[in-house]
This record gives sequence, C-alpha cells and structure tokens, in this order.
Amino acid sequence: MADMENDGLKTRGLGKLVGVVVGMFVFGFLLVPLYDIVCEVTGFNGKTSGAYQTSSQIDVDDSRFVTVQFLTNRNADMPWEFRPKVRSMKVKPGQINETEFFVRNKTGSTMVGKAIPSVTPFKAADYLHKTECFCFESQELRNGEELDMPLRFIVDRDIPSDVGRLTLSYTLYDITENTQVAFR
Amino acid sequence: MNAVIEEHDNHHGPDKGILRWVFTTNHKDIGTLYLWFSFLMFFIGGICALGIRAELFQPGLQIVQPELFNQLTTMHGLIMVFGAVMPAFVGLANWLVPMMIGAPDMALPRMNNYSFWILPFAFGMLLSTFLMEGGAPNYGWTFYAPLSTEYAPPSVTFFIFAVHLMGISSIMGSINVIVTILNMRAPGMTLMQMPLFVWTWLITAYLLIAVMPVLAGVVTMMLMDIHFGTAFFNAGGGGDPVLFQHVFWFFGHPEVYIMILPAFGVVSAIIPTFARKKLFGYDSMVYATASIAFLSFIVWAHHMFTVGIPLAGELYFMYATMVIAVPTGVKVFNWVATMWQGSMTFETPMLFAVAFVILFTIGGFSGLMLAIVPADFQYHDTYFVVAHFHYVLVPGSIFSIMAAVYYWLPKWTGNMYDETLGKTHFWLSFIGINVTFFPQHFIGLAGMPRRIPDYALQFADWNMVSSCGAFLFGFSQLLFLFIILKCIRGGERATERVWEGAKGLEWTIPSPAPYHTFSKPPTNMAEAHG
Repeated sequence: MADMENDGLKTRGLGKLVGVVVGMFVFGFLLVPLYDIVCEVTGFNGKTSGAYQTSSQIDVDDSRFVTVQFLTNRNADMPWEFRPKVRSMKVKPGQINETEFFVRNKTGSTMVGKAIPSVTPFKAADYLHKTECFCFESQELRNGEELDMPLRFIVDRDIPSDVGRLTLSYTLYDITENTQVAFR
Repeated sequence: MNAVIEEHDNHHGPDKGILRWVFTTNHKDIGTLYLWFSFLMFFIGGICALGIRAELFQPGLQIVQPELFNQLTTMHGLIMVFGAVMPAFVGLANWLVPMMIGAPDMALPRMNNYSFWILPFAFGMLLSTFLMEGGAPNYGWTFYAPLSTEYAPPSVTFFIFAVHLMGISSIMGSINVIVTILNMRAPGMTLMQMPLFVWTWLITAYLLIAVMPVLAGVVTMMLMDIHFGTAFFNAGGGGDPVLFQHVFWFFGHPEVYIMILPAFGVVSAIIPTFARKKLFGYDSMVYATASIAFLSFIVWAHHMFTVGIPLAGELYFMYATMVIAVPTGVKVFNWVATMWQGSMTFETPMLFAVAFVILFTIGGFSGLMLAIVPADFQYHDTYFVVAHFHYVLVPGSIFSIMAAVYYWLPKWTGNMYDETLGKTHFWLSFIGINVTFFPQHFIGLAGMPRRIPDYALQFADWNMVSSCGAFLFGFSQLLFLFIILKCIRGGERATERVWEGAKGLEWTIPSPAPYHTFSKPPTNMAEAHG
C-alpha cells in the first residue's frame, strides 16, 4: 500500500531532472556566444576580429611581401554595385595600407547594406588587422548614391612564413528590413 | 492523489467508453495509445514516402511538382522520426518498463497522460500546414537556416510550435521513465539486474532530456529570427548560418541514438528467448550502451564535413565517429555469441531480430564509410547517405519495433497472433526493404543527389527497382495491421510464459496482462533478466 510518504519517494530526483532540462535549454543559447568565441580565437570560418588599435611604434618587416587579394560578393537579392578599387596589393608585414571599395545603389529607393568580411586561409585570419573598415558599420545609400568606402589594414609581422597570399572577401547584405525593425 | 486512490481500489477494471482513453493514467492504456498513434503516423509518413517513390519511378516530372515533392520529403522525415519511431518506443516503454521492474505503474501517471495527449495536437498542427498558403515545410527534416528562416513558407511558425510541443511531450515522457526506473524497482532488484530494454531506455531518457531542450532552443532562435528581427542565423545581421547546423546536430546526433538504443534493448530481449540461452555479455552490453550515449555528444560535426571545417576538426570528428564502431561492434558480437550453439527457433519476433542484426550492421558499415572525410566529400548529400540512414532506421529501429509487437502482443492481448501471416509479413517486409534501399547505395555512389524530384537518365533503372520495393514494403504493412487486429479479436490462448525460453518479470503475470499488475511487488529476482 502506497501512502503519501511513498509517493514522495516515487518522484525522488524529479527536481534535478527538471533542472537538467532548463540547464540544457540555456546551454543551447550559450552555444551562440561560445561559437563566436571559438571562431574568433581559432579563425574558423575566416572570421576577423573588430577594430585593431595600432601602437605608435610601427615596425615594418622589409624582408618579405604578402599579396592581399580583395573579393566582393553580393548576397542573393542585393542589387547594389560593389567592387574593390584594386584587385590585389603587395604589402610588407607591419605596414599600414589603405585601399577603397566602390559601392553604388542603383535602385530607386533608399537602402541599407552591410558588408561581412571573411579571410582565407583560415589560419591567417588572425594576422590581418583592420584599423578602419566600412564593415564595422552599416551603410545607408539613397537612390543612385555612390560611395568610396575606405579600408586601412596591417598584415601582422608574425604571420606564418608559408602564407604568401591572403584573400579578404566581403559579402554585401541587404539589411534594410532588419534596420527598420530595429528603428521601430 | 490519484495513485493513492487506485492503490486502495485496485480490483476495478478500466472505465467504459471513449473517456477511458482521454483521462486514463494507466501505463498499459497509455502505452496502447502511444503505439496506435505511432502506427497511424507510420502510415501517414509512409504515404509521403510512396508519393516520393512514385515520382522517382521514372525520370521527369509526372506525379508531383517540385514544390510538393520538397514538402513530401520534409514531412516524411519529420513524421517518421518524431511521430512514428519515437512515440512507438515510448509506447513500448510505458507498457513494458513497469512490468519488467515489478512496479504497479509509472511514477507520474497524470503527467504520462499529458505527455501522450500533447502529441495529437502537435501533429494535427504539423499536418494542417499542408492546407496552408505556401504549403507545408519544404526545407528538409533538418530545416537548415536560411532555408527555414528567410526562404521558408509562412507555415514555418506552425512547424516551430509543433516541434516545441513534441519536445515537451518527449521531455515529460523521459522524466517519467527515469524516475520510474530509479525509484520504483521491486525491492531487491539492483540496477545490474534490470532487463536490457530497461537499461537502454534509462540511457535513452537521459539523452532525451539533454538534447530535446537544445532542439527547443534552436527552433526558438528561428522564431526570433523570423518574427523579432534577431540575427542568430542571418549573416547580414552578424549571425552565421553554419551556427544553425552546429546547434541542430548537437541535438541531431544524440537523436539518432535515441531512435536506436531502445531497439538494442528489444533485440537483447528477443534473441536470448529464441536461442534459449542467457544473453552473452550482459555487463558489456550495459557499458557499451552507455559509451555509445556518451560518444553521441562529441561527434556531431561529421554531418557537416563539407561546410568548411578546418583540417584538425575534420580529423577529430572522423576518428571520434569511428570510435563508435567499437561499442556497437561489442553489441553485435554479443548478439551473435548469444545465438552461437543455442537451440534456435525462428518465430516471427526472432526473424525480425535476426534481420535487425544483419541489416543494422550493413547500415553501420556504410556509416563508417561516410565517416571517412575524403570519401564523405563524394558521398555527401547523395543517395548513398539516404541508403545508409534508412538501413539503420527501417530494418533497424522499425524492424525492432515490429519484433517487439510480435513478441509481446500475446502478453498484451492474451491471444497468439497468426504465425503463418506473421512470417509472411516478415518476408514481404524483408524483401521489400532490401529491394528499396540496397540499390540506393549504387545510385548514390554513381552521384545521384538526394531530395530531388527529377534525375539524370543513367539513374533510371535502379530508381525503378527501388520504387517497386518501396510499394511492396508499404503495402505489406496493411498485412501487419490485419494481423494485429486479428490477434486482438481472438486466436489461440496465450500461456503465462508465452515463449518457451522467455525470461523476465512480465512473463510471470497472466496473459492478457491484468489492468493492474504488481500491486504487491514480486520477490523472485532471479527471473528479472534472461
């Protein structure tokens, strides 16, 4: 015969199991920042870090050159014109370099775009520092407006010696809708 | 409390009429509900599959348009995984776990009722999307973003809530199984005396409570991306679609073991009975199950080798995946060693169990081939993958469920099923399944991609063969339905023990099993497992 006391025994451990469920739900969301951290630390996906602070002392490695290529892509339905001013640059590690990307809104309406960078090979992603980049913020262009967007970058002196060529690729996204959602 | 009232009045039978099934808290009633529900879903998912195979019978577009074809592949996968296989195993757990451990019922009978009755609403909602503008989900059962976010039909929101409901149902069911097994074993029954079906379900239930919340999390992120302007999976807003695949497969890989571990338990019960020997290597079976469960958490990215993972990652996930073959091999060798020099007879449950061992192993081997990174680059998203996971799921999970139904049906109904019809059903299914899926290895290696409604001419012959097999397998399940109905209506009376070599507490009670069993705990623990 079960009494109330036995009923308590039957469900022993219930609280802990509910705790596991709640914990795993939270863990699912923790995977998001965790994934970003792993990508940033290891350079997986060619993810680059944010704005780089230059020290006043500039130490250029004169002994070698690294070729940096620039690629531009537009995401699925992005109608803007988007291209690098130069296709590639030969740079010395440690040197500050500057280039520009051309963008034009050919549509009849005001739109907001954002460029997302990616570097290959992945292991070099950590060695390409951007001191100024249009990719840090979104761009709003009116009907027919065009813009030369600046990029200043340094290739780190410590870049592995077997990397002679880097590709910096930008994909331009149409974020007009998302921006409006945020404004509302 | 309900349980208390029932304990005081334990000689009454079930209520009469439809409300018996709505309000029931009896583990046997709820087990029956789960099993019938999963059988219904098996037929609905099967109709989707036959739609797919009918379209693929010949190259070109004949029967369904690509839009509907995508909906059929998606719904087939979702219904079979969440509607057929998982509820069928929960139904078996409800029926069998209390009887196997000598408990009067599940620990949380009212919650048991809720966790079943959520399911019809979840699947009603999911199936209603077929009638909606834009149609049913069409992004594959893996619902990769951005297919399931930016490019999804409007019905995706209903899909998300349906998944939430299924998740809540599974979580409640698993918590119930765990507390029942840990707290309600008959006095004197140690963990290592439990039948393997109980062990495998205990471990499966832990997997479920660990990963179903992650699935709930990933669909919640989708919901927020679609409706609330967040950008978890939208690269334009700083998110990453590859993140979706990581989170999904962190759930998805343990999920595939959720669908196979209870099957291991069923087969480990049936083979010793018909080989008339004790199960070889009981302890190693328990440890192998636990190892497989642990490894399932650390191999997820082998589903994503081609998305661009660094070499070190590819190597790690390749070797970790291959390690799973070790505990799985232990199990297969144990089953073979159990049969070795046994006095074997081949009644229908044994036929399904032996076919399980052979065909599941074939599916395991193609899995090892897929684990090899350079080979996977060629096989990825081809019919070879389709052949692989259908070999482990259909003659794996589904055959084990059929074996379990034939094995315990006499205990549930009190009547023996028709052995001749049962064997006919087995051979039709066995031939049907192999004719369907074995040729898919060939067309996959030849390069036919999965999830397409039309294909190049060189794949035509094997596709036609495969479609013929699928219709044979599909229609033979009507025979299965007939056999079950016939067995419920009557037949040769089943004895208490039913099978000559059967061991376990469920065989010490009368057939059919009375509405309430083990109100007084059993004492003979030597009977506990075979």
